[in-house]
Amino acid sequence: MADDLTCLAAVQLAEMLGTGKLSSVELLQACLARKQAVDGRVKAFNSCDGAGALALARAADERRAAGQARGPLDGIPIGFKDVIAVKGQPLTCSSRMLANFVSPYDATVTEKLTAAGAIPFGRLNMDEFAMGSSTENSAFHPTANPWDLSRVPGGSSGGSAAAVAAGEMPVALGSDTGGSIRQPAALCGVVGLKPTYGLVSRYGLAAYASSLDQIGPFARTVEDAALVLGAIAGHDPRDSTSFKAEVPDYRAELGRRQGPWRLGVPKEFFGEGLDPEVAAAVRAAIEYYRKAGCEIREVSLPLAAEYAVAVYYLIATAEASSNLARYDGVRYGHRSAKARDAVDLYFHSRAEGFGDEVKRRIILGTHVLSSGYYDAYYLRAQKVRTLIRNEFAAVLKDCDGLLSPTSPTAAFKLGEKSSDPLAMYLTDIYTISVNLAGLPGISVPCGFTGAGLPIGLQIIGRPFDEANLLAIARHYEQAHDWLNRHPSL
Amino acid sequence: MSADSDLNIDYLANLARLALTDAEKQKFSRQLGDILHYVEKLKQVDVTGVEPMAHASPVFNVWQEDAARPGLPVDEALRNAPAQRQHMVVVPKVVE
Amino acid sequence: MNYEAVIGLEVHVQLRTVSKMFTRVAAGYGQPENTLVDPVVLALPGALPVMNKEALDKIIKAGLILGCEIAAVCKWDRKNYFYPDSPKNYQISQYDQPICVGGAVEIELPGAARNIMGEHKKIPLTRIHLEEDVGKLNHGASDSLVDYNRAGTPLMEIVTEPALASADEAYALLTSLRLALVQGGVSDCDMEKGQMRCDANISIRPVGETKLGTKVELKNLNSISFVRDGIAHEIRRQIAVKEAGGTIVQETRDFDGQTGTSQSLRSKEMAHDYRYFPDPDLMPVKVDEAWKASIRATIPEHHFDRQRRYQQDYQLPYTQTSVLVPDFPLCAFFEEAAKLSGKPQAGANFIVNNLAAEIAAAGIELHQSKVRPAHIAGLVKLVEGGVISSNIAKEVFVTMFQTGDLPDAIVERQGLKQSTDSGELEKWVADAIAADPKAAAGFKAGNEKALNAIKGAVMKASKGKANPKLVDEIVRKQLA
Ligand SMILES: [Mg+2]
Ligand SMILES: [Zn+2]
Repeated sequence: MADDLTCLAAVQLAEMLGTGKLSSVELLQACLARKQAVDGRVKAFNSCDGAGALALARAADERRAAGQARGPLDGIPIGFKDVIAVKGQPLTCSSRMLANFVSPYDATVTEKLTAAGAIPFGRLNMDEFAMGSSTENSAFHPTANPWDLSRVPGGSSGGSAAAVAAGEMPVALGSDTGGSIRQPAALCGVVGLKPTYGLVSRYGLAAYASSLDQIGPFARTVEDAALVLGAIAGHDPRDSTSFKAEVPDYRAELGRRQGPWRLGVPKEFFGEGLDPEVAAAVRAAIEYYRKAGCEIREVSLPLAAEYAVAVYYLIATAEASSNLARYDGVRYGHRSAKARDAVDLYFHSRAEGFGDEVKRRIILGTHVLSSGYYDAYYLRAQKVRTLIRNEFAAVLKDCDGLLSPTSPTAAFKLGEKSSDPLAMYLTDIYTISVNLAGLPGISVPCGFTGAGLPIGLQIIGRPFDEANLLAIARHYEQAHDWLNRHPSL
Repeated sequence: MSADSDLNIDYLANLARLALTDAEKQKFSRQLGDILHYVEKLKQVDVTGVEPMAHASPVFNVWQEDAARPGLPVDEALRNAPAQRQHMVVVPKVVE
Repeated sequence: MNYEAVIGLEVHVQLRTVSKMFTRVAAGYGQPENTLVDPVVLALPGALPVMNKEALDKIIKAGLILGCEIAAVCKWDRKNYFYPDSPKNYQISQYDQPICVGGAVEIELPGAARNIMGEHKKIPLTRIHLEEDVGKLNHGASDSLVDYNRAGTPLMEIVTEPALASADEAYALLTSLRLALVQGGVSDCDMEKGQMRCDANISIRPVGETKLGTKVELKNLNSISFVRDGIAHEIRRQIAVKEAGGTIVQETRDFDGQTGTSQSLRSKEMAHDYRYFPDPDLMPVKVDEAWKASIRATIPEHHFDRQRRYQQDYQLPYTQTSVLVPDFPLCAFFEEAAKLSGKPQAGANFIVNNLAAEIAAAGIELHQSKVRPAHIAGLVKLVEGGVISSNIAKEVFVTMFQTGDLPDAIVERQGLKQSTDSGELEKWVADAIAADPKAAAGFKAGNEKALNAIKGAVMKASKGKANPKLVDEIVRKQLA
C-alpha cells in the first residue's frame, strides 16, 4: 500500500487537498474502502457514521472550492476513541453500560477540530472506560494488532492505534491516563502523544481518573501529531484543570528546533522485565542522539521506577470509583430489568452494565477511600505522588528530555495476560509515572523485533514544552525509515 | 498499611452498588488481594512532612462569573433516559 | 425528674445566584420540569464542574455577617453516596476545610409580654460550608419521577453548636438568621420554595447532667413554626419515653407539621461511609484580605444593631422598633421621614400606627402606598407647629393615604387649620358659657373640672379647629 492514499501523512494529504490533486470526498472514500477491506480483521471500530462523514467531506470540498478552506485539517478524517463526546454520535466507552448512549453535546476538542474542518470519522474501540492495556476489556470485541492479528494492539486506546496503523484514517484521538496512548502507539508502530496535564481540555472526555486523564493524538508522523495537537490544545473555561498556557505553532516550531539537546536516560527504566530486543532498539535510538551531538546523561528516578504503578492503582481507582458512580441506569445507560426498587436498580444495572476490570477497579477504589483505609492508601499514595513529581522536576532541571522504552515488551498475544491483572498493570511501568508527574510524553517507532513487531521509544518532556518534545522526536524520525514499513493486511 | 485480608468484598460491593455473584466475590477478592499486597511496598517510603498531591499543578480560584447560558432542551436532556414520563425521569419506587 | 433539652440545627440555605454552583445553566424555582439542566447538571459522561464566583462572594458575605472566620484556603471534596436525586451519585461539598468557621447568630427570646423586649443571646456556629443542591423526587404509588431543575443550585450548610435549649430558641435563631441573610441579599430564604431547610438534632438530659443524651435527628421541618412545633413535640416525646422507663434510640424522625406528629424513618439500610476525597476536577479557593474587605463593604447594618440604634438615638419604644426592625423597607421609609422632619418619634408614631394599619387594611405593599416619607414629614411638621391638632392629623392621614396629596394641601383645601382668630374664639366661648351657666357657676365656686365642659363645647362648635391653649385662656378671662 506504499503509494496508497491511506498510508500518507495528514500533512501530505492536506497539501494534495490544497493543490486540488485530491478531494476530501475522495480521501474519505479511500478511508471507508480501507476500513471495508481490513476492519473485519482489525476490529478497530465500534461504529461509524459514513454518510455523515461524507456530508462533512462534501462541505469541506465546497469550502475549498469557494476559497474558504479552514486550514490544513479542513477535510481530513480523524478517528475518535469512543470515550470523547461528539454531538449526535454514540459514546459507548466500549461498555455495555453505554451501548445505546448518544451524546447530546460536543467535547471541547470536538468543537475545536470540527471548527478547523476536520471530519470526525468513526468511534474507535478501547478497553472499557479506558481501563486496560490491551483493548481486550472492550465489552464489544477485542481489537487486533495490524502487525500480527493474533496479538493485542495495546490499550486502552487500542482501536485508535490500530486504525491509524492499519491506514483506516491518517490521525486519531486517544486518551492517556497511565500510558493508554503511548503504549498502544508503541505496540502498533505509530506516533502517540500524551500532552502535559492541563494542555488539552478534558471537557467531553468520559472521566476515568480525573487527575491523570489527558486527550492526545495518534499519527503516522511526528509532524501530524504536532498538527493535531495544535488544533486541540489551549485553555478551556469549561475545564477547571485546563491550564492558561501559550499554544505555539507546534508544526512551525519543529523546523526551528534542531537541538542539540541534553537528554537523560533513567537507568531504572532498563531493569529486569525489559525485553532484550526492546532494550537494544531503544539503546540504538539513544546512540543516534549521542551521535547527533546530544549530551546523553544517565539519570536516576528510583521512586518513579519502584512505586509509580502502586501509586497509580490507588489514585486512579479511587477517582474512578467516584467518577463511575454516575453510571446507575437512572438518567441514561443500561437499566436492569430485574430492579424492583431504586436501590435494586443500582445493584443490578451496574452489575450487568460493567465488565470485570471496571468492577475490580471500582471495588479497589472504594476500598482505598473507605473509612479506616483512606490515610494508609489514598493519602499516602498522594504523598508519594508528590515525591515522584519532585523527582522528575529535579532531573528535568538539566535535561531537555528523557529517553526510555515505552513498553517493556512488544505486542503480546491476545489472552496472554487477561487472567492476571497485576501482570497487565506492569506493562505500563514506564508510562505511568509520567501521568503521575503530569508531564508530556511521546512514543515514536524505533524498530522492530525479530518477529516483525514494532518497538516504541518514549520521550518525556518538560511541562508545557511539547514544542521541544516533538522536535526531539522528529529529529529521530527523520533519520529513520520505520514509517515506510506498513503492516501487510 | 493494612493487610489484603482486610478487604471486605461484601461491604465494598454494597458501597459501590454492585450485585456480585459468590464466584465473582471470590475471584475479585483474590485478584485484589494480590494488588493490595503489591501496593504494600508504599509503606517503605518516608512521607513525613510531604504534602499530598491532589492536582497535577497547584492553581487556585478557577471560576466563571455568574451568568446563565442556555442548557439542554428537555427532549435532548431526556433522549437517553431509560424511562420517562411528564418530562421527568422515571425510577422504580424509592424506599427510604 | 427535670429534663433539659440540647438542640443543634443544620440549616441549608440556597444562595441567590443567576446560575448554578458548578455550571452556568440558569438556577431557579417553579420552571417546567428538567428545563434548567445541561450536561453538568445531568452528570453526562465527560461533563466537568466550574465554580460560580458569585456563590463564593455570597457565602463569604454570609460568613462575615455572622462573624465567622473566613478560611484563607478552602477546597472541594466529593461526598459519595447513591440516591436518585443526586445525578453524579456524589455531592460536591466541603469536608475538612469549610470556607466559614465559627461565628454566631444573635437571637431574641420571647419577652414577658408582647410589648416587652426579650433577652438577647448569641448562639455559636460550628461552620458554614458550600455545596450543591440535589434534584426533586416526586413519589408516586408505583414509581418516582425525578426533576433535576434544583440539582446543582448553590447551597450553604450552616451548622450550629448544640447550644439551643428550647424550641423557642430554635425558632428565634431561624427568624434572626433569615432576617440577616435576606437583608444581606445572600438568599431569599423562602421556606415554601425550599430555599431554607432545617434539620434539628435533639437530645435531653436530666438537669445538672453534663454529658449529652442520645440524639434524634428531626427532618422535613419546612416552615419556621414547624421547626418550633417539631422540636417541642420531640422534647415531649423523649421525656415521655424516659419517664416510662424507656431509652431513646438514635434515629432520624420525620415531623408532620399538619398532624403535629413524627415517625421514625427507616434509616437507609446501607451503611454510611461517604468516602470523602478532594475533588480532582476543582481547584481550591484562596480568599485574601482584599476580597474579604470588598465584600465587608457591602454588608448592611445588622437588624439588632439597628434596633439598638433606634432605641438609643431616637428613644423609640420596643413596641415600635419590634414592628420596624424586621421590615427593611419600612425601616428605610422611617429613616427617610425622620431625616425630612427631624422628629423621629412623631414620624414613627404615624408609620407604626396609622401607615401600618392602612397598608394592612388595603392589603398592599409599602412601595404601593401613595404615602411617602415626605407626606409623613409634612404631617409631623403641621402637628408639631400647632397648625393642626393630632385628632385632625388622623383625618388628614386617611385622606393622604387615599389621594396621595401632601398634608399641607389637604389641610388648606379642607380648611382644617386650627383657629387662632380671637374674635371667632371669643364668640364661641361666650356662647358656650351662656349655654351652660351651671358649669360657669361651678368654676367660679372653685371647681376646675367645670371648665372642661365649656371647653368641650367650644371645640365641638369649632369642629376641633379651635386652638385648645387659646380657648383655655379666653374661658378663664371671660369667667374672671
Ligand atoms: Mg443518583
Ligand atoms: Zn448539606
